[in-house]
Amino acid sequence: MDFEFDDIQIEMQDAARQFALKRLKPLVAKMDEESHYETSLIKELAELGFFGILVPEEMGGIGIDSLSYVLIIEELSKVCPSTSVMLSVHNSLLNEMLMQMGTDDQKKRFLKKAAEGKIIGAFAITEPEAGSDAAGTKTKAVLDGDNYIINGTKTFITNANIADVFIIFTTTKPEAKTKGITAFFVEKETKGFSLGKKEEKMGLRASSTMELVFIDAVVPVTNRIGNENEGFKYAMKLLDGGRIGIAAQALGIAEAAFDEAIKYSKERKQFGKAICEFQAIQWMLADMATDIEAARNIVYKAAWMKDKGMPYSREASMAKLYASEMSNRVVNKALQIHGGYGYVKEFPIERIYRDQKITQLYEGTSEIQRMVIARSLLNPNR
Amino acid sequence: MHIIVPIKQVPDPESGAATIDPETGTLRREGASIVNPFDMNAIEEALRIKERIPDVTTTVITMGPPQADKALRLALAMGIDNAYLICDAAFAGSDTWATGYSLSSAIRYIGNFDLVICGKQAIDGDTAQVGPGIAAMLGIPHISSVRKIEEIGNDKIVVERLMEDGYDVLSMDIPCLITVVKEINEPRLESLKGKLRAKKAEIPTLKADDLNLSRDDIGQNGSPTKVIRIFTPPKREGGEILKGEVEEVVPALAQKLLELKIF
Ligand SMILES: Cc1cc2nc3c(=O)[nH]c(=O)nc-3n(C[C@H](O)[C@H](O)[C@H](O)COP(=O)(O)OP(=O)(O)OC[C@H]3O[C@@H](n4cnc5c(N)ncnc54)[C@H](O)[C@@H]3O)c2cc1C
Repeated sequence: MDFEFDDIQIEMQDAARQFALKRLKPLVAKMDEESHYETSLIKELAELGFFGILVPEEMGGIGIDSLSYVLIIEELSKVCPSTSVMLSVHNSLLNEMLMQMGTDDQKKRFLKKAAEGKIIGAFAITEPEAGSDAAGTKTKAVLDGDNYIINGTKTFITNANIADVFIIFTTTKPEAKTKGITAFFVEKETKGFSLGKKEEKMGLRASSTMELVFIDAVVPVTNRIGNENEGFKYAMKLLDGGRIGIAAQALGIAEAAFDEAIKYSKERKQFGKAICEFQAIQWMLADMATDIEAARNIVYKAAWMKDKGMPYSREASMAKLYASEMSNRVVNKALQIHGGYGYVKEFPIERIYRDQKITQLYEGTSEIQRMVIARSLLNPNR
Repeated sequence: MHIIVPIKQVPDPESGAATIDPETGTLRREGASIVNPFDMNAIEEALRIKERIPDVTTTVITMGPPQADKALRLALAMGIDNAYLICDAAFAGSDTWATGYSLSSAIRYIGNFDLVICGKQAIDGDTAQVGPGIAAMLGIPHISSVRKIEEIGNDKIVVERLMEDGYDVLSMDIPCLITVVKEINEPRLESLKGKLRAKKAEIPTLKADDLNLSRDDIGQNGSPTKVIRIFTPPKREGGEILKGEVEEVVPALAQKLLELKIF
């Protein structure tokens, strides 16, 4: 057993930390306030290679392992979770789908550009009436010659306003539920496809979350992902990797909250001493640090298992569940330590607290993770 | 075109590493270090020239202990093509003269250079002498405190030199040397790919013998500067505050200024 990072993992973590501190930190409060992501940051992230982390070098990416990827997402999340979700969706959903399922033609058209950040990806499964029940999708695709005609609405889609290629899930056989889902790469300029309303969110405000509207949208058969009616399987496989990314995001958010709590508890004086001298505060800090450490281990291990080629679906769900619930406990204590000052915008913990909540909701709520874990425990051979 | 950028590793001022040993009077260097900030601008400018005109090769060099390898790898991760570490116990104790001499010898050894870009000064020694010193020893012209390169071709460079009251526009024949100020650019970050490349890169070490240097001309022996004493300046005590009515305070202040011969 070995708990040390290798040289490359350390270098990658350092690159992300530098970007976070030098580029994101000065802008994060403003981007949150204005609910807008700085375009120049996207360009720089692309130039530095952050859009092709897991894609092999010969396909235009960086080609590093999942543990390095987790360290990058964690570092960026300490400062700006809106940046890490943008990259998480792009790297672990668009790029991975292209690598796992893309035809030669699809790879040629999208992969190199995606790895270089020249095109950006989004992943759309959720609908107004199909959230946790992702197979309940109502968006319909009907084959018509060389094209599919698609009708329906996707909701809560991250990266919608910056994406060039959208992975969307439709039903091609409604009565078959999970066995009737078909996935597509939909390009931004597709006829009949448009963006709908933008959500006003409590947190993660610099990341855009929007509706996608399909009205007789014409998508060529050549953009279909894999086989007809097998899309659900592909989605579930991808989301295992995605969940490790969100777990890393939750971890980074908790670490940021913890750092703020330590700093504030040393500065703030009441009853003639720094509040960190009170045992009540020390116990909170000790519990937070222990909770973070436990999550760090489970998240890194899930990534390590993926790198080793071991089955990691259950561990990915455990990592996502534990890290997101842990980060909720940690931000809550960190804000408590700030007292009333934690409730006002002058202190970063106010934003961190708001940003944290999403990690328990997207890419499967905590309840859904428990369902996945329980299912794998009760039917280990499925 | 071949651009050579000499860089220096300096103590990180933010880490509190830069303190002076009261016993020996020398700079303690065991703490965290960074690449001299002006040298980061020099690296960035070399990379921008490479993006601006075709057929440019960039090289960084540093004279320092084996750990200075880290500074070279940072430059490689930003996109510089080649790096050399000039490292030998014989170089220890070099002043600005011996440093300029050793670096100019290394530049001659590497050869085929067209442009040398240095930072205006290093933030530890703060002398601003090494850049111009290298130029003098190489026998090439130089312009210091460059804030912008207006034009660059294979035979000529046109630059803006920062002055206290504005700037000069100057033209110079290539080969030549410039030193740059921080206004010239915003250094890029290390890219993921660059870091991977830098990690694997082989960095040749040049020793005094490789450069055919006599022990008399380098290191402590080759350094005419004699350091009598280095000390941390005492904390300034609060000045005198003149209190009272304007009618009394103003003449009192004028009197003080006259006494101190400020006017
Ligand atoms: C900021 C943001 C970004 C998002 N980005 C994307 C994106 O890029 N792409 C995308 O496709 N989606 C995205 N989503 C959607 C997100 O994945 C869904 O919101 C999530 O899956 C939950 O679905 P829902 O909101 O419909 O909640 P519901 O499914 O309606 O759940 C409501 C509650 O019921 C619980 N529940 C539901 N079913 C069960 C059950 N069987 N057993 C026990 N409890 C249950 C849930 O856990 C939850 O507590 C995003 C959402 C947000 C807020």
